[in-house]
Amino acid sequence: MADTLTGTGPGPAEQIPEFPMPRAAGCPFDPPPALTAAREEGPLTKVRLWDGKDYWLLTRYADQRAVLLDPRVSADLTRPGYPLQAPSNGKNNISFILMDDPEHARLRRMVTAPFAIKRVEALRPAVQTIVDDLIDGMLAGPKPVDLVEAFALPVPSLVICALLGVPYDDHDFFQENSKILIKRDAAMEERMAAHGKLIGYLDELMGEKTAHPGDDLLSGLVTRVESGELTRSDAAQMGVLLLLAGHETTANMIALGTLALLEHPEQLALLRDTDDSRLIASAVEELLRYLTIVHGGRRRAVLADIEVAGQVIRAGEGVIMPNDIANRDPEAFPDPDRLDLTRDARRHVAFGFGVHQCLGQPLARMELQVVYGTLYRRIPGLRLAAGVPELPFKHDGSVYGVYELPVTW
Amino acid sequence: MRVELDEPKCVASGQCVLAAPEVFDQRDEDGIAFVVDGQPPEDVLDAVREAVAICPAAAIRLAER
Repeated sequence: MADTLTGTGPGPAEQIPEFPMPRAAGCPFDPPPALTAAREEGPLTKVRLWDGKDYWLLTRYADQRAVLLDPRVSADLTRPGYPLQAPSNGKNNISFILMDDPEHARLRRMVTAPFAIKRVEALRPAVQTIVDDLIDGMLAGPKPVDLVEAFALPVPSLVICALLGVPYDDHDFFQENSKILIKRDAAMEERMAAHGKLIGYLDELMGEKTAHPGDDLLSGLVTRVESGELTRSDAAQMGVLLLLAGHETTANMIALGTLALLEHPEQLALLRDTDDSRLIASAVEELLRYLTIVHGGRRRAVLADIEVAGQVIRAGEGVIMPNDIANRDPEAFPDPDRLDLTRDARRHVAFGFGVHQCLGQPLARMELQVVYGTLYRRIPGLRLAAGVPELPFKHDGSVYGVYELPVTW
Repeated sequence: MRVELDEPKCVASGQCVLAAPEVFDQRDEDGIAFVVDGQPPEDVLDAVREAVAICPAAAIRLAER
């Protein structure tokens, strides 16, 4: 078989599976069966994207980590061979997640301080209050209730708004537009319009902060614009990235994690009956591993020939690394398809790996620890108010989850 | 054993601080990690090894000396 593949040669075209792949009906927490089959076939296989071109698929944990660390691969989607998610991909800049070092590191380091472990720990009491207040509201309100709307989305939105200095009252606006941005099949015009609105919003907000600076992340970026370290446009892009990444992902972990626990009552009981912070922290890591909600595959363009699993991937070729399948690699995690909150899952790659690994992960971890450590203790009778087959799963998003989760107690 | 951290590689994920808080800390200004105790006692070496394994930037080394 030829070593090079992106758009070259005839090849066994009909056998190459399309990517992304569908999940199996009745298995909402497991990676698509075709992805598992690919991993069993070998460390390197091919998949075909929407553009009709073929790209390398890396399925093993060790290989994904090695490639995501390799400086010879690029996250810049304008590079030849980059596996674009959709035709509209690349039409709007989303800051440093699509850049390489050194510019990536320069920009990223401007916003890392608030996510340091100690800074995040200092926010824990405030997050606990947010979580308790929302649960009070749920208990006082009608049931059944949609857990996404009443709890899963407000928790991270309130937190990221406070951190960035964005008025929470605007949440309908930015949640609506975020939803469009991460939808896989959003039309190009629709996506660009949503992105434009968010950029305009952040730019205006930063204009206000120039006049009235606060003790928040956006005010910090404004200072860097004034000192010439950052252009105003780069600052707005970063604001959009942080706002988007700060609420969509954690919200999905809260709702989908709750669903997974309700479907594994013996595991849920472990959380409901404990206040052991170590067990709660371990549960968060295991749910991150088991669910791996960022399921679109980390994508890279290869800048210079690299060797993976004994095979050469050439410069100009593209690589897709779905972290959900790596987190089910039996060589990394024994009995990988079992949800076991007591296992040590810290080495998972749910936040990615390499220099682009999730910037907000300490915040996400802390929020999830507070949520998982509180919700089921405070509402011990929590249960689904709909059948799992009726639930609307986010098969069409680059972040997996449920659009709604009707619950009662 | 000596703990070494390649500061320019660090991406401030804070994973080392979570794994081995006795050995690592982060700078206030940008969250970049630094080594607090470069020659930690035996009983925290496993935690340091975990930090080496989970560092997303492969910026930490545990060197024999």
